[in-house]
Amino acid sequence: MILIQAPVITVDLVLNGLLLGAIFALAAYGMALVWGVMSIINIAQGEFVMLGGYVAVMMYWGGIHPLLAVPVAALVMFIVGWALYRAVIFRIVDRDLFVSLLATFGLSILLQQLMNTAFSGNVQIAEAGLGTMFLFDGLVTLSQIKVVAFVLAIVVGGCMVVFLKRSRMGQAIRATAQNARAARVMGIDTDRVYAVTYGLNAALCGSCGALVAMAYSIHPYIGLPYTIRSFMIVVVAGLGNFAGVIVAGLGLGAAENLAGFILGAQYQLAFVFGLLVVVLVWRNWRLAAKRQYLK
Amino acid sequence: MRITRTLVLAAAGAVAFGGAALAEDTVTLGSAISLTGNYSTNGEHTQRGYDLAVEKINEAGGVKIGDKTYQIEVKYYDDESTPARGAELVERLVKQDGIELILGPYGSGLTKAVAPVTEELQVPMVEANGASRSLFTNGWKYIFATLSTSEQYLASAIDLAAENAEALGKKPDEIKVAVVVENDPFSADVRAGVVEDMEKYGMKLVIDDQFPRELNDMSATLTKIKALKPDVLIVSGHSKGATTAIRQLSEQKVSVPVVAMTHCDSADIIGNFGAASEYTLCATQWAPSLAYKDDLFGSAADYAKTFEAKYGYAPPYQAAESSAAVQVFADALERAGTTDKTAVRDALAATDMETFYGKIKFDETGKNIAKPMALYQVLDGEFKIVAPSAVAETKAVIPRPAMN
Amino acid sequence: MSRLIGYAAILAIGIAAPYLFPNYQSQMAELWLFIVFALTWDLVGGQMGYNSFGNVVFIGVGMYTCAIVQVGLFYSVTDYNAAKGGGQTVFTFDVVQYLEGLAVGLPLAAVAAGIVAAILGSAVLGMRGHYFAICTLGLGVAAGQIANGWDWIGAGSGMVVPHAPSGLGETSRFYYYLAFVLAVLTFIVVSWLYSTRFGLAINAIRDDEDKAEAMGLPTTRIKVTAWVISALFLGVAGGLLGNLKRFIDPIEVAFAGASFGVWMVLMVILGGKGTLWGPVIGAIVFQLLKEFFWTYLLGWQRVALGLMIVLIVVFFPQGILGFLRERFPERFGHKVDPALARGAAGEAAK
Repeated sequence: MILIQAPVITVDLVLNGLLLGAIFALAAYGMALVWGVMSIINIAQGEFVMLGGYVAVMMYWGGIHPLLAVPVAALVMFIVGWALYRAVIFRIVDRDLFVSLLATFGLSILLQQLMNTAFSGNVQIAEAGLGTMFLFDGLVTLSQIKVVAFVLAIVVGGCMVVFLKRSRMGQAIRATAQNARAARVMGIDTDRVYAVTYGLNAALCGSCGALVAMAYSIHPYIGLPYTIRSFMIVVVAGLGNFAGVIVAGLGLGAAENLAGFILGAQYQLAFVFGLLVVVLVWRNWRLAAKRQYLK
Repeated sequence: MRITRTLVLAAAGAVAFGGAALAEDTVTLGSAISLTGNYSTNGEHTQRGYDLAVEKINEAGGVKIGDKTYQIEVKYYDDESTPARGAELVERLVKQDGIELILGPYGSGLTKAVAPVTEELQVPMVEANGASRSLFTNGWKYIFATLSTSEQYLASAIDLAAENAEALGKKPDEIKVAVVVENDPFSADVRAGVVEDMEKYGMKLVIDDQFPRELNDMSATLTKIKALKPDVLIVSGHSKGATTAIRQLSEQKVSVPVVAMTHCDSADIIGNFGAASEYTLCATQWAPSLAYKDDLFGSAADYAKTFEAKYGYAPPYQAAESSAAVQVFADALERAGTTDKTAVRDALAATDMETFYGKIKFDETGKNIAKPMALYQVLDGEFKIVAPSAVAETKAVIPRPAMN
Repeated sequence: MSRLIGYAAILAIGIAAPYLFPNYQSQMAELWLFIVFALTWDLVGGQMGYNSFGNVVFIGVGMYTCAIVQVGLFYSVTDYNAAKGGGQTVFTFDVVQYLEGLAVGLPLAAVAAGIVAAILGSAVLGMRGHYFAICTLGLGVAAGQIANGWDWIGAGSGMVVPHAPSGLGETSRFYYYLAFVLAVLTFIVVSWLYSTRFGLAINAIRDDEDKAEAMGLPTTRIKVTAWVISALFLGVAGGLLGNLKRFIDPIEVAFAGASFGVWMVLMVILGGKGTLWGPVIGAIVFQLLKEFFWTYLLGWQRVALGLMIVLIVVFFPQGILGFLRERFPERFGHKVDPALARGAAGEAAK
């Protein structure tokens, strides 16, 4: 009701939602990449976000401005991702998707408790010290860090597209995604491609996590909502559709915020997960009419 | 495969010989608390509170039971912040480890899960962190709580708002209240207490949001607050709720004349947010500036010093009430003159003592009726007690001056 | 004959166990329930090839239904769950009321879970592979969040299951035998199912759903039926689990996707997916390992569990029984029916 009486509130909700959605989209890029190229659904996605957040928090403790943490977290997480690929993931690349779900689930609870042991379960933040923007006489407020996160998410997304289109590695990644065997025949080291892909995914999540630590807060157990939202965004956008990921991410953020307002915050997550089910059922139902199903 | 097989054998062995023999002249208390999971911050405070009291008592020579003195020891399990595990682990403490004196877990939800077990097994539990009132409406006889129940947490904030209604430019029954709580047993009770108190004054509940345990973003609710302009904002959601609320209130420049919340000190809002936390009202079970004292720790301030020297930060009340729980057990053991669970239970029921944490005396349901809640306000970067008036250090600043 | 003796021995151990290890009754009762979880998961996941992370929904529905019936028969559920507020009402149940509550509650728990499975199943079982898996994961979390917001069933405060009256004797023993009976019953039903045409049909769906459909099998109906069957047992198991835990928390106990939901899958994989005994063995080994981790690796138990999950699925995906079959085919392998074997050979030759 109040939304119609005071459209400016709707604007506020939608804008804050869009900013939130951009952060989700960043993590979703990575998931789309890994899923498309390696056929792995990475449940540990949210934990990578969380790890990236801790990089930012540590830099903040060390007196370094946390915005600098965005590239640093990306770099650190790239290494972590690469290492995890070499240790575990390479063994499950060619296996059933279900195996990847479970194995990365195992990784995720392992990382959770490791971080709990290392940093305790405290809620941590990295204060970027940026101000707040006011629009419409202060009725709409946007904290600048969220705007920065939004811009960064778009920029990183753009860079990803260019990277995949133009660079040698990007082309190799795309070739592997299309047909790994053919790519091997053409002399592409697919193992290296996979390692880079997984590392890139972790890097994307890492920068996302640094932004989360600055704009919201982190603790060792925040992972799952990010994983599920990433998955949902990718499912809605379709594999390999980077522009779609951004749009779906922003849309989800806005929808979620509106739902939290209308249904009450207690149903905000139920809405997200319910939406996931509905989107899947609906897409599958449309395909079923053509005797097809989601692949 | 070899590894798996060895583990299986070891596990089988572990299950078969689980009940470790206890060393002589030690009395062992048992506790399953949250070392990991959502409540691990406060679980750790709880554990440190227990440990500190145990250490102090042992240093002072232990407890004298009958004509022998015993050292105290605590056996811990990690309940991972999940109630199912908590119940299971306490049952294990009693049945497999043979420990019949239980210290409570952290949080109302976990205590709710554990209490039916201790009740059924008829072992006394002294708990320091389960504040939910529903724990004390079942006619249970084996649960004793050192803390005030949760509906009292922020009730005094409502009283304060009513007393200062004029300063807010309204009559008490015109005051609009927004209640934003985490959806968990503790906060649901805080909410119930607040709502009950509001009804007393006829205040209006304009926002009643419960946010999920996983959420770290309250912007939808804050937008609602901006739109409806309540006079009082009540937030309860353990450390994460306090952190999120303070941060986003200041970020979105939402100005509410009275902001009251729980867990300010365990979330360290002053250290984390500085000026943004100013004028926030915070519920607390205990404060170092209170005038209670005992022989073991000295005064409340001495306790704070001892704690800080050992752990490097000021004790949140969760630690203090936990230390008091150990003292209560020690006292009851000495009076019972035996470690027999029924005798200890009866001695616990007769507890009437003063500790650094406050007076402790249980009513027939087991809750501590001798100690009031206190309310802090953040003033100039320090927690100052503003209510109840008997112990207040200063007068509450209401409404909070507009932020610049 | 030796097989019969084996079964008799297992039954005898099951019956005698509470007297042999009186201190471990609750854990053993939980183990029987885990066996039910694993057996029913394998029915859909292993035998039919539909890997579900959402079976916790049925546990949760069963748990709440049973508890609500236990309360609702004698008191107002609203008052009961609102007692967290000011009301000093004390709710007690005498032995007759308690047993009556259970006698009505447990069957209703099964029915409720079955209905939910039928509704959800017809919506999501059209999906295949990982989409199904993730969709059910979403279902599990959404269900937990909805329960967490629903005041009538206690919302986030959870719900205290009616306290057992003292006239009932030791509750953990009482529930041990209920869980034991349920597990045996589940085993009998499931193993009977595998010997019928229905068993063959779900295997056909696992092996090639399109072909099965082309052969004229009503695949959707069969899939939903299989899910409903597993939900019936899970509903009762949920009702028992709630009473065993005595306190229902919507997210951590009832719809505990990250614990029970994933554990049941792990138990099956550990024991051997798509086998009759695999889930049973897996559940036993898993429960032992879990107890071991929680006792001796305090603070690191989840790291150990995570590591174990990775090791199991990466290095040991065929499970204990699968491993034994590979190693000792003559002892643990399938009894080959010559007629069927000829057909299978034809399939393999293709």
